[in-house]
Amino acid sequence: MRKRKLPRPNVRQTVITWAFLLPNLLGVLCFALLPMLQVLAGSFRNTISGKWMGFQNFLAVLKNPAFRIAVSNTARFTAVCIPLLIVLSLALAVVLWAIARVGGTLRSAFLMPMAVPAASVVLVWKVLFHEKGLINGSLLVLGGSGVDWMGSGAAFWMLVISYLWKNLGYTMVLWTAGLTAIPDSVYEAAQMDGANTWQTFLYITLPNLRTTGYSITVLSLLNSFKVFREAWLVAGDYPDESMYLLQHLYNNWFRELDFDKIAAASVMTSAVVFILIGFLRKAWDKEE
Amino acid sequence: MRKFGKALLFAVLLGLTLLICYPVWVVLTGAFSSQWELEANLSPVFTNAEGMAVWSALPAAPTLQSLVEVLLDSPGFFTMFWNSAVISLGILAGQLLIAVPAAWALARFPLRGKKAILTIYIVLMLMPFQVLMFPQYLVLRGFGLLDTLGAVILPAIFSTFPVFILHRFFLAIPQQVLEAARLDGAGELRIFCQIAIPLGAPGILSVGILTFLDSWNMIEQPMTYLKTKTLWPLSLFLPEIGIGDMGMGFAASLLMLVPALLLFLGCQEYLEQGIALSGGKD
Repeated sequence: MRKRKLPRPNVRQTVITWAFLLPNLLGVLCFALLPMLQVLAGSFRNTISGKWMGFQNFLAVLKNPAFRIAVSNTARFTAVCIPLLIVLSLALAVVLWAIARVGGTLRSAFLMPMAVPAASVVLVWKVLFHEKGLINGSLLVLGGSGVDWMGSGAAFWMLVISYLWKNLGYTMVLWTAGLTAIPDSVYEAAQMDGANTWQTFLYITLPNLRTTGYSITVLSLLNSFKVFREAWLVAGDYPDESMYLLQHLYNNWFRELDFDKIAAASVMTSAVVFILIGFLRKAWDKEE
Repeated sequence: MRKFGKALLFAVLLGLTLLICYPVWVVLTGAFSSQWELEANLSPVFTNAEGMAVWSALPAAPTLQSLVEVLLDSPGFFTMFWNSAVISLGILAGQLLIAVPAAWALARFPLRGKKAILTIYIVLMLMPFQVLMFPQYLVLRGFGLLDTLGAVILPAIFSTFPVFILHRFFLAIPQQVLEAARLDGAGELRIFCQIAIPLGAPGILSVGILTFLDSWNMIEQPMTYLKTKTLWPLSLFLPEIGIGDMGMGFAASLLMLVPALLLFLGCQEYLEQGIALSGGKD
């Protein structure tokens, strides 16, 4: 931010500032910040008796077999999806950017899934991914064999496909914003030096997109939590083990009123998210 | 060779585009198909009949029957559509009233600790719902709001996402404009109403669209905080439809899709601006 000498705040200005800000700030404190701190404090106690438990709640979560499955699935999901998403969306952004005229229309098509409510395609997903559904039908026609999308390890890939479908366009728009920020003069200079398309991409486009890429990675990680909507809609509370995510586990604990575990797990997840955000801030600071 | 490469690229892109749009096409054609045709095509999926499910690119005998049935003969659908609308519009109105002034204060007023507030807002904006679910549940229970639409609307009004994005939009308004207005003797409230809101309108619009799309699509919050079925939004009702109501299911899906899709087609430009800002680029 620009350093600029601000007018000395007087009483009147202070009153106005708080009148603008306070309603929002109070709501945020009351619905998010204070409850989170309360849960943090409570995670060291028994929720019912209030007895001090030390780290016992956390240990109980870490030892829980369902938690281990969920963590490893969530980690696997992230490890597969994020690189796929980032590479595909970058390729799309660059290609559509290069063919700007048609690119606009195609861009709309790729962005559209982000506007489509998950619930309105749940029937379609069921029809597509069923063992006797449309995807397996096409696979058979093409000479392949059908896959049990819902009831086997393939369920995991159904989730990956849903995530990519939903987020490809969104991420592409983020890349495009990065591409727009690269000045034309840099490209002209490269052209003068006789660089070909590949060289331009490798030595000019990619290095200039580094901070964008950094932000995109973190945002995609955070957005990947939202894939739960598709997962839950298609497969319910207890899906195939290969797509049982942390979000399923939290929901199930919540329904079973297992508040000790929920509190500890929320705290641990916040800590992970907090670290991720730290990385994001670093990227943004570098930009400025 | 070059020409061939280009043609191949276009073919791949076109194929990918069609693939991406296919699910929406299925909803669209499904809504205009008859129950009879849907059952014939999809019975392997829903009743485990022999053979594989098929889908006709266009309905054999297009009909408005399912749509009419949903619109005229199912009060349940109306209740849920209404709930979805109340939730989305309630959140939108609340944010307009509360988040916009806050964003203006954070962008333009002198304030100590501004950076700290913004940092906290960014952290909260990026927290997944599952982290907030339990803490929020405790507050809502304390206020006696559980199992009311307020439980879904109120916490969302105080989402920090719109404040953060709008604050970035507002920062882009040139200082000279504000100074000129102050010299003319305009008060802060007048500056806010006559300069901030009109000049920030594209930002407000793009945040509004993102908010609407997200709240129209809300699943986790209503699922966690609403027990009474008559309070449910459409997003929780649609997954419960079975084979007997296939036609109705597709028709209801289409009706849920239409507002979101129209908004998207009409305001794509603003949507893209909002997305670009959420990525931290100016």
